[in-house]
Amino acid sequence: MRKSFEVKGIDCPNCAAKLERNIQKIKGCEDAVVSYATMKLTLEADDDKFEKVLDEACALTRKLEPEWEIVR
Amino acid sequence: MDKYLPYIMVAIYLIAAFPILKKAVRNIRHGEIFDENFLMTVASIGALILGEYIEGISVMVLYRIGEYLQDRAVARSRESISGLMDIRPDYANIEKDGELVRVDPSELAVGSVIVIKPGERIPADGEVIEGFSSLDTAAITGESLPRDVEPGSEVYSGTINLNAVLRVRVTAPASESTAARILDLVENATSRRAKAEKFITKFARYYTPAVCGAAALLMVLPPLLFRQPWSVWVSRGLIFLVVSCPCALIISIPLGFFAGIGAASSRGILVKGGNYLEALTKVDTLVFDKTGTLTRGIFKVASAHPADGMDRDGLIELACLAEAFSDHPISRSLEDSYGKPVDRSRVSEAEEHAGHGVSATVDGRRISCGNIKLMRSLGIGCEESSEPGTAVYVAADGRYLGCIVISDELKPDSAQAVKELKAAGLKKLVMLTGDKSVIANKVASELSIDEVYGDLLPQDKVEKTRELKKELPEGRILGFVGDGINDAPVLAASGLGIAMGGMGSAAAVEAADIVLMNDRPSDVATAVKIAKKTMRIIYEDIAFSLFVKIGVLILAAFGFANMWLAIFADVGVCMIAILNSMRALRVN
Repeated sequence: MRKSFEVKGIDCPNCAAKLERNIQKIKGCEDAVVSYATMKLTLEADDDKFEKVLDEACALTRKLEPEWEIVR
Repeated sequence: MDKYLPYIMVAIYLIAAFPILKKAVRNIRHGEIFDENFLMTVASIGALILGEYIEGISVMVLYRIGEYLQDRAVARSRESISGLMDIRPDYANIEKDGELVRVDPSELAVGSVIVIKPGERIPADGEVIEGFSSLDTAAITGESLPRDVEPGSEVYSGTINLNAVLRVRVTAPASESTAARILDLVENATSRRAKAEKFITKFARYYTPAVCGAAALLMVLPPLLFRQPWSVWVSRGLIFLVVSCPCALIISIPLGFFAGIGAASSRGILVKGGNYLEALTKVDTLVFDKTGTLTRGIFKVASAHPADGMDRDGLIELACLAEAFSDHPISRSLEDSYGKPVDRSRVSEAEEHAGHGVSATVDGRRISCGNIKLMRSLGIGCEESSEPGTAVYVAADGRYLGCIVISDELKPDSAQAVKELKAAGLKKLVMLTGDKSVIANKVASELSIDEVYGDLLPQDKVEKTRELKKELPEGRILGFVGDGINDAPVLAASGLGIAMGGMGSAAAVEAADIVLMNDRPSDVATAVKIAKKTMRIIYEDIAFSLFVKIGVLILAAFGFANMWLAIFADVGVCMIAILNSMRALRVN
């Protein structure tokens, strides 16, 4: 499954790249792209693991930067 | 006064720099050291320490102005595709105990009946069960003419009901609706990155630390090894740091792709990713499907051959009247050609001969209208037409009156599309069709298409596409344009699949890399132009940024660059690159 989510608070391209690198490291995540241009996270993972990966990505985002938030 | 100057300057600096300093500290805590905030902080504090207060403050102030302008530029391009996002339906009306209730479209179940009032957006894909109206489908298909619907018509979510109340039975859940599919496609577009974009991201990761290292060496080595003055070399090193910020590339390249994708979508061309925009510029061979792609797939009177004593208009009028009660597509094309309202009161005793044609009494004469078999069965002698298309023979009271050839019509912009694509530098245009070779050759020569293959079965099309692909040199791409019906395998087999006709076939949209919402083949040429322009802009950005930065770095190393030039090489170059990227948004 591949799905896009809005990410609030990303204010520089490096921040987007950083978030992307970190989300890609989550176990079960097939692909993650954070676009600064669209303020979107596109996440790809197996259907049955998707929710778990997304939960982890949300927690990770908050940890990296309290101002960032993935809108689910 | 001079005694207090440093304090005043530092105070001004802190006010100007606070947000950047905060970010730099926070990122260092997260282990992300070499970002632009860090570079700017070190460079500006370094300048302060050297007593270059104005430079130190300017670095921060200009950097922040640059950031602000960047944010504005990014926000604007984001807005420019939000027009496309506007298709999301907000609510649906359902009837409950005789009253209309608003519900969320996502709550609609397949089979439920919704009511759409004039002016409202259709919230779900469905079938009309009651009401006659017309729809504004521009947001979905790009077609500006309203589309008439009646009971039995299919309606797509995202279109707007114009005239009258419609009752519609929902046929697809919200998540699989047309509007949802388009939104999904556009939202995903920026996540597929082009090679140029990937290169820049990777480049920036090595480039920044490398320049930082070079700056450090530049500060330390000459004073240590050659007893040079510290202040001169530290100052040169700081200039290095300011110049090194890669933001010009990191922002302008993705923005350029985004702008290109946005420009395309404003023309009803949905590009699924920056990589496909890049691929579009490398297409050498473009393969077209015929019916529905280069031709309308709608039949029209191509020629009329009246027998002696008849004229063209009279022949078409009689045929049209005789066919007036038939709902065959041929009847519609005759009516279009006749161009006047059909007076059905002149027609009586209409009779259909299945598979042959029709007979009817028109103005007291018995008119027969149909294929050659009908003429033979009526014992009417006439010559069989050899023209490509469907021939309709007309006879009155047993006497042959003439023949009308109806054929599929070229789209009005097909020839223009071929011309523009050639002008855009495509090497070979090919047409594949399941249609008869005679018809295929005629169409191809009219359009001056390079190669044509007729009488193909769907699997032959895939095979042919593979063969053509093998002939291409390494790195060049074969593109396929089809209307999506039965085309999914070919779309997938080609290097770059372009599906035409919007949301016609879900499978084709899935398999295609670029989706044309309009039915216009010339949009392929538009897409190529947008892609070429976008890629040119991106290479310009890369070349310009690197050229200026490397130039200033060299000047700085030899002491010919000051902080002002360094700021220009960072913020100035960044702004110029962003403005350049935004040019991709404009299509002419």
